[in-house]
Amino acid sequence: MELLDGSLIDLADAVRSGEVSALEVADAALARIAADASGAYLDVDAERTRTQARAVDDKRARGEPLGPLAGVPIGLKDVLCTRDARTTCGSKLLEGYRPPYDATAVGRLRAADAVFTGKLNMDEFAMGSSNENSAYGAVKNPWDPTRVPGGSSGASAVAVASALASATLGTDTGGSIRQPAALTGVVGLKPTYGRVSRYGLVAFASSLDQIGPFAREVRGAARVLEVIAGHDALDATSVDRPIDDYVGACGADPKGLRVGVPDEYLSGEGLERDVRTSMQGALKALEGLGCSLVPLQMPHTRYAVATYYVVATAEASSNLARFDGVRYGVRVDPRKDLEAMYGATRDRGFGPEVKRRILLGTYVLSAGYYDAYYAKALKVRTLIRRDFEAAFAKCDVIAGPTSPQVAWPLGERVDDPLKMYLADVFTLPASLAGLPGISVPAAPSASGLPIGLQLVADAWQESRLLTLAHAFEQVSPARGLVPWGRA
Amino acid sequence: MSDRSPAIDRERVLKVAKLARLTLRDDEVPVVTEQLARVLAHIAQLSEVNTDGVEPTAQVGVERLPLRPDVPREPLARELVLAQAPETAAFGFVVPSFVEE
Repeated sequence: MELLDGSLIDLADAVRSGEVSALEVADAALARIAADASGAYLDVDAERTRTQARAVDDKRARGEPLGPLAGVPIGLKDVLCTRDARTTCGSKLLEGYRPPYDATAVGRLRAADAVFTGKLNMDEFAMGSSNENSAYGAVKNPWDPTRVPGGSSGASAVAVASALASATLGTDTGGSIRQPAALTGVVGLKPTYGRVSRYGLVAFASSLDQIGPFAREVRGAARVLEVIAGHDALDATSVDRPIDDYVGACGADPKGLRVGVPDEYLSGEGLERDVRTSMQGALKALEGLGCSLVPLQMPHTRYAVATYYVVATAEASSNLARFDGVRYGVRVDPRKDLEAMYGATRDRGFGPEVKRRILLGTYVLSAGYYDAYYAKALKVRTLIRRDFEAAFAKCDVIAGPTSPQVAWPLGERVDDPLKMYLADVFTLPASLAGLPGISVPAAPSASGLPIGLQLVADAWQESRLLTLAHAFEQVSPARGLVPWGRA
Repeated sequence: MSDRSPAIDRERVLKVAKLARLTLRDDEVPVVTEQLARVLAHIAQLSEVNTDGVEPTAQVGVERLPLRPDVPREPLARELVLAQAPETAAFGFVVPSFVEE
């Protein structure tokens, strides 16, 4: 376990220096995965993983230089295309689907000599906040197996929290990296929109989707970001900007940073008392690091849920039109006509939450409703962006809770989609504005459940985000807490 | 909008489902209708916001789509693409007939 317990940067260094082989690391990860009962992994193939690890060891034996993630075991959310593993998106519709290519982010990890542990469970097509909307079963939170791990990248968070990988990739459309990171006590980073190529990411809401890392420490997330970031001609929304020294930014002094604290992030009926208390402590800690706190108003925060669930579902209804039983996935054909085949395939293939979102998205785009819902939401989205513009005129980083609540009991909200949506309120604004955000473990609740501090910076300011997140991590009361170490 | 909001009903749900090529089972319809009605009631609060003269944001950070040189590249091999389809013939995907003979 120690191999997987520590910093992934140290681990890569140890593999590079030959102190430990990639195969030993892979076997350690595979042993832990074999003993795991959380439901995190959907696809594990020990031979595939060991072959990849051996290739890294062989490369070293030949005297070739190894990449920045040499031998680091990394798990992949099952929404990322992999040429050597099936990619189901947590959906029955894509059961057994084997993409003919790797997502760009996956290819970059391979090129950096990472070793893949397998594919990770998720809410179907990344739609959900609890990982309960998977056709392949829910995932248990390692801090309390009766509770959800968050979503939609719930298993990506759990795999890191339980050391079933040193890092994982997830995707964040409205908080799907940051929220499960908060609920499982790990670090989750959503980069700026355009920072990481989405080529080979099965699309949910194209104006929002972004790939990012989970790790147990901020520097590890920074290392993974350095590898996956950067322009890709295969994704027209990926932006050609230099990649900063993200690992170097971890350890820089945050003294003098102005930390914006929106009133709206520390109030509201859904905010649990333990979360508020944890945040008060976190803000004090940031002050102790030499940051100044700047009170702010971000008045359109309360419209984020409504705005998001119009924009994201509209885009989803369009993106998911491709799942028609023709080119990939499962076909259900009542042998009547084409329409009947589409309907039966999609009825049988999609779960209830995906259907709800396709229906909602189709509704808000339909004639007679478009202006009142979709066009209106796009305008409110502009106002949410302007809240951030005004805020960043006065501060460098915005701080608040990632989630208003700690992990809730499995099953509690499955029949109440609105309640599920409302818990996304603090992660949605940065998504709608395309901004980078990170969740770092803060003081846990009275009952020991993890709570995340969310930091949001202006576009392309990942380095600043990482500097502050890393400094906070060193003084956070959550430091050193791991689920397997609980009494 | 909240008062005059066009409430979603069974008929509307079925219409939208048809547009989305989703066949809903009979027992799904009332549940989905009720859930969507509650979500739409929340979304209706967008009407409180004054958006006069506000430009819409459909996309962040992408001013215009970049162009790349029009150079042909090697496409994915046909067999590779067809391999994942539920039903294929020698040269392509097979679908149920949709043109009257």
